[in-house]
Amino acid sequence: MSTTPVERATTFARSWGSLVGIGVLALLLIVVAPAVLDEFRLNNLGKYCCWAIVAVGIGLSWGRGGMLVLGQGVFFAIGAYAMAMHLTLETAGPDGIPVFMILYDPLAPLPGFWVPFRSPIFTLAAVVLVPILVASVLGFAIFKRRVKGAYFAILSQALAVALAYFIGGTIKLTGGDTGLSDFKSFFGYDLADPVNRRMIYTITAVVLVLCMLVVWQLYRSRFGELLVATRDAEERVRFLGYDPANIKLVAFVVSAVMASIGGALFVPIVGIISPKEIGAAASILLIAGVALGGRASLFGPALGAILLGYGRSTLSERFENGWIYILALMFIVVTLLLPDGLASIPRRLSGVVTSRRRTA
Amino acid sequence: MESLIAPLLNGTADGALLLIAALGLALTFGQMGVINMAHGEFLLAGAVSAYWTQGVVSNTNISILLALPVAFVFAGLLGLVLEITVIQWMYDRPLDTLLATVGVSLGLQQLFLQHYPSGVPVKKPSLLDGQLDVFGYAWPLRQIFTICLALVCLAGLAALLRYTTFGRRIRATVQNRPLAETLGIATRSVDRLTFFIGSGLAGLGGVAASLIGGTNSQLGTRYIILAFLVVVAGGLGQLRGTVIAAWAVGVSTAYFADWTTGSLASVITFGLVVVFLQVRPQGLFTIRTRGLA
Amino acid sequence: MTGQNYLEVQGLTVDFDGFKANENVDVTFLQGRIHFLIGPNGAGKTTLVDALTGLVHGTGYARYGTKDLLTLKSHQITRAGVGRTFQTATVFEELTVLQNLDIAGGVHRRARGMVLARRGVPSYVQEAMETVGLADHRDRPAGILAHGQKQWLEIGMLLVQDAQVMFLDETVAGMSHDEREETGALLRRIAPTRTIVVIEHDMDFVRRYADIVTVLHAGKVLAEGTVAEIQANPQVQEVYLGRSTEGVEHG
Repeated sequence: MSTTPVERATTFARSWGSLVGIGVLALLLIVVAPAVLDEFRLNNLGKYCCWAIVAVGIGLSWGRGGMLVLGQGVFFAIGAYAMAMHLTLETAGPDGIPVFMILYDPLAPLPGFWVPFRSPIFTLAAVVLVPILVASVLGFAIFKRRVKGAYFAILSQALAVALAYFIGGTIKLTGGDTGLSDFKSFFGYDLADPVNRRMIYTITAVVLVLCMLVVWQLYRSRFGELLVATRDAEERVRFLGYDPANIKLVAFVVSAVMASIGGALFVPIVGIISPKEIGAAASILLIAGVALGGRASLFGPALGAILLGYGRSTLSERFENGWIYILALMFIVVTLLLPDGLASIPRRLSGVVTSRRRTA
Repeated sequence: MESLIAPLLNGTADGALLLIAALGLALTFGQMGVINMAHGEFLLAGAVSAYWTQGVVSNTNISILLALPVAFVFAGLLGLVLEITVIQWMYDRPLDTLLATVGVSLGLQQLFLQHYPSGVPVKKPSLLDGQLDVFGYAWPLRQIFTICLALVCLAGLAALLRYTTFGRRIRATVQNRPLAETLGIATRSVDRLTFFIGSGLAGLGGVAASLIGGTNSQLGTRYIILAFLVVVAGGLGQLRGTVIAAWAVGVSTAYFADWTTGSLASVITFGLVVVFLQVRPQGLFTIRTRGLA
Repeated sequence: MTGQNYLEVQGLTVDFDGFKANENVDVTFLQGRIHFLIGPNGAGKTTLVDALTGLVHGTGYARYGTKDLLTLKSHQITRAGVGRTFQTATVFEELTVLQNLDIAGGVHRRARGMVLARRGVPSYVQEAMETVGLADHRDRPAGILAHGQKQWLEIGMLLVQDAQVMFLDETVAGMSHDEREETGALLRRIAPTRTIVVIEHDMDFVRRYADIVTVLHAGKVLAEGTVAEIQANPQVQEVYLGRSTEGVEHG
């Protein structure tokens, strides 16, 4: 009665077609971009890739899981500050004290929580493990209490705002609003050397591709189906024998780790991290790219983030004030008219899913 | 004595300001379920109104009184325009209203940055220049003005909701829209009027804010998240909790600021509210329905 | 044909801020029988099921095996083998029939298998799909199924999740005559090894398929027995059947 073999074939093609798509993206980012872009533009692309890594995680949490993570700046900050502390200490040399601390008090010892970040291994472990720990505790508390929807969004944004305030208010410990900058080397590699900068770019691009592979597998897995089911009918999922809190927790933790890694790579590429990059506005910009690209699609978040990052640099160069209006308008137009982002345009044009949208 | 009294009084004033912002949200968010992130910028609109009226009426005492209705109407109209152009299409998508209004908020902030003369404060009315001596602490009259304004807003809103047909219509529309429509209630007008009043309240808060602190583009950002937390922590659907939560947040932040620093105090308050919501999430979820659709 | 398994409810009370939706309900649901819950609107039928499946909080005791259901959360109750459907069929509209059934199969899998994509059709899914007669529709989105088919899909999901106790909330409401017949036959097919509890208004359906009927009224158990006993009960006639003949019981 139904056209099962054909449908199955297309699902198959779509799934593996996505893999080919990731391959093409990998080729463009890892091989083509370094060959055609100059150092400055490649570095910028690296910055956008960092945001894209965060965006891939947001796509998982928000697009598939329905959790509007308005405070990913928190996890971005964890990775970024872990890396920045390590690079600051590396720059200060063995037993050295960061320059900004000496400015405030030449005799101050290194604060205790800075000490382990002298170790590169500890730093790398912290970039991955701290967000897992923080997101697990937060997520457990929040999701078990069945906090969701707008409340979750506001709560997560409140955390990002609070963290930005906190860092801003602890200038002697964290560099405050000035942030941490002036890193000279990256795990022993001179950051001034273009070859090393290129290497960092390549690492970032590879990490982005890996993150996309992770969500590709998650999206086609049973977990992916269950996550969407939880997004669409959370209470119903309970009666399938799952605790929706656990399902959401997994997605939330994975996206937190991605945000942290994105933050960690951001630091050597951009050369500075400050509360400006993690507060309310920054966290919202992270969301913006995902909304633009298409929150629930595989490629939308990453491409949207790269596009937004590019637009942000070029537009703000050309219209210093005007670009904010363009951004504002984008928010309104996309949510109003294109809630599934740019990724939905091809489907809309082909009209294949018009009927589904009408019922949604 | 003074060191204990001062944070209490300053904090009460700050809580009052927060309350005015939160009362508007209690209407648009608590009653209508709309998450308007541009609500904070409606505070800015109120501050701008105060600046405008001073340009027209030079007597600062009269101009501040004139500024109140001007701010209410100006911010209310902004809210109305927002409701008609953006929000009305998204009543079934609350998270999307959040995103769209984030855009509006960014745009309004930028408008303000470019057109409001920076560093020009609203002149304080001479009548409010003095201080009231409270146990040896000179309490600025401007803070007392803010508290009075908050109380007037509170009483007005409570009376509106409880005693007028409009209040009943709001509640009817919120509880069962289709039924309200069949009863002949023009729910669209109710939506618009609710939004107008909720936004207008933010305008009033903006006038008070312009007297207490400086006026800058970050005014809204500073209050919006805290105001949302206050509404949620207070519990939806009633005003009493909002009042208590706003006051508690204002006063505790003031004390923390006394003991630590301003930014750390905000962090502690944020943390406490978040923890409080963990312990008492009432109003955070409602699952008392039959179908799961 | 009655098995050893049963769900025993004792003194169940559900209190909504002073309003007792259920008060001191004692009832036992036995394996192998189709048990009907009837009663006028507001009698507390759905609330009883809500309490037994963790959707609302009830006091008292509901023993199933070694567990007290009233102390468990919804997903734990499901894992314990007690499942339910809802008045409005709630299937995942964008997922296919196969995906809907498959997603209900969590009890058969370990957590780490979750990150793998589905390969082929698990036998328990295939079996359930055939039992509820949806094998021909397996790759269609559940959203485009007919109303009756959605209800069957929900029953199929209960089969996949190995529910030994099934609460079916007004499953045949809104079904055509033929669909009711098929549903009844389906219940008969799956009943022998399970405990089936159906909330129903349609007395005709009750008469045809009920092994035992419990009448609820104002939150309390009014009577219990076979269809014939219930119909002969004067109290029941007064509060329920008397009104049902006037046809005001739907809604």
